[in-house]
Amino acid sequence: MYDFSYAKPAALAQAVQALGDPEAKALAGGMTFIPVLKQRLNKPSVIVDLAGLGLSGIRVEGGALIIGAMTTHGEVAASADVKAAIPAVAALAGHIGDRQVRYRGTLGGSLANNDPSACYPAAVLALAATIHTNKRTIAADAFFQGMFTTALEADELITAVSFPIPRRAAYAKFANPASRYAMVGVFVAQTDAAVRVAVTGAGQNGVFRHEAMEAALATSFTAAALEGVTTPVDLMSSDIHGSAEYRAHLVMVMARKAVEEAKGK
Amino acid sequence: MPIKRNKGERTMPAISLTVNQKTVHGEVEGRTLLVQFLRDNVGLTGTHIGCDTSQCGACVVTVDGKSVKSCTMLAVQANGADVLTIEGLSGPDGALHPMQAMFKEHHALQCGYCTPGMIMSAIDLVETHPQGLSEAQIRAGLEGNICRCTGYHNIVKAIAAAWPLMHGAPTAQAAE
Repeated sequence: MYDFSYAKPAALAQAVQALGDPEAKALAGGMTFIPVLKQRLNKPSVIVDLAGLGLSGIRVEGGALIIGAMTTHGEVAASADVKAAIPAVAALAGHIGDRQVRYRGTLGGSLANNDPSACYPAAVLALAATIHTNKRTIAADAFFQGMFTTALEADELITAVSFPIPRRAAYAKFANPASRYAMVGVFVAQTDAAVRVAVTGAGQNGVFRHEAMEAALATSFTAAALEGVTTPVDLMSSDIHGSAEYRAHLVMVMARKAVEEAKGK
Repeated sequence: MPIKRNKGERTMPAISLTVNQKTVHGEVEGRTLLVQFLRDNVGLTGTHIGCDTSQCGACVVTVDGKSVKSCTMLAVQANGADVLTIEGLSGPDGALHPMQAMFKEHHALQCGYCTPGMIMSAIDLVETHPQGLSEAQIRAGLEGNICRCTGYHNIVKAIAAAWPLMHGAPTAQAAE
């Protein structure tokens, strides 16, 4: 790891100011960022630790589940409020990485990084969540802009995420057995207005909405309704863990599983 | 802890934390990992570096009661925290912690390299499951710890045997 200076501001304004330095980087839980630093894939001069900003916490308010950006996966997984409001989010958080990763990794860190195989982006996109930052609110549809790319500006920090509570939802993940990242993860959510389906792990451009599946499920929210819906193979990523064809097939398998699970609740 | 930075020069953050109930002070580079601090500065080499990529769990310690991979946490992030390592488990008389005793009893190790991390993770797992711990929960709970020798079976047995000892219930063995 290259060396860096370390700052742990106690207020959001100070953190934002510190991140005005173009060589500064924010540190949330560090479960991805510290490995990135260890591989010398990034060389910040200053690390701005966000742990002192009081950005963690969970509450339900006005038909939405609001989770602070620094809330850990473990806290989300164990939260009675999350389990009651959107159990699929609690279940998703409880299967990220391993116990030790879940104690440190955060919602905000996961979203800001937008790893193409991360689980949370699928929930945020399928649930049409709103990302709150120190500057503005960003709709999920506008937030994710391709792998490792988001709408966030350099000195913009996620403060919280607001998830509208759906009628029912579920997430099905086919985890890479070594890394536990999603080889394919499908999050299905049904609200009074619509059905949304978001796919992570599979797309060449990171998380995406599967509109053909959304249309089919809007007609009938059953696994059978997905029959004949195709997933374009040329949009899938292909690597040593699975070919594009394999991933396209897994998208259907996981989508069916997610619909069945959502209906079962 | 704001750190002033001059060009080409970095200050060494001074940190102070509790390790195995003793206060430890140190000056570290920003990049110093908690595992390096524990091994090189504090001299506690029971915490091992295995994969160094946050997968194997040989470096697990608890920080404020939660098991973490100390190869994936900066020492400076542990400033002010209460850290427990494998060396801090035994009693003042040298008596083994129940988890250590059960690992010994059930021969839950072969080479022993993963053992400190296994034990630290296992203690956290047992402490966070006061209602009980099934074999499936133990196996799932060990997802972050890799052993390349024993195949986990005796590790799972040892953890199951430690649960009643840690939660104050008599074991089947103790009743015999």
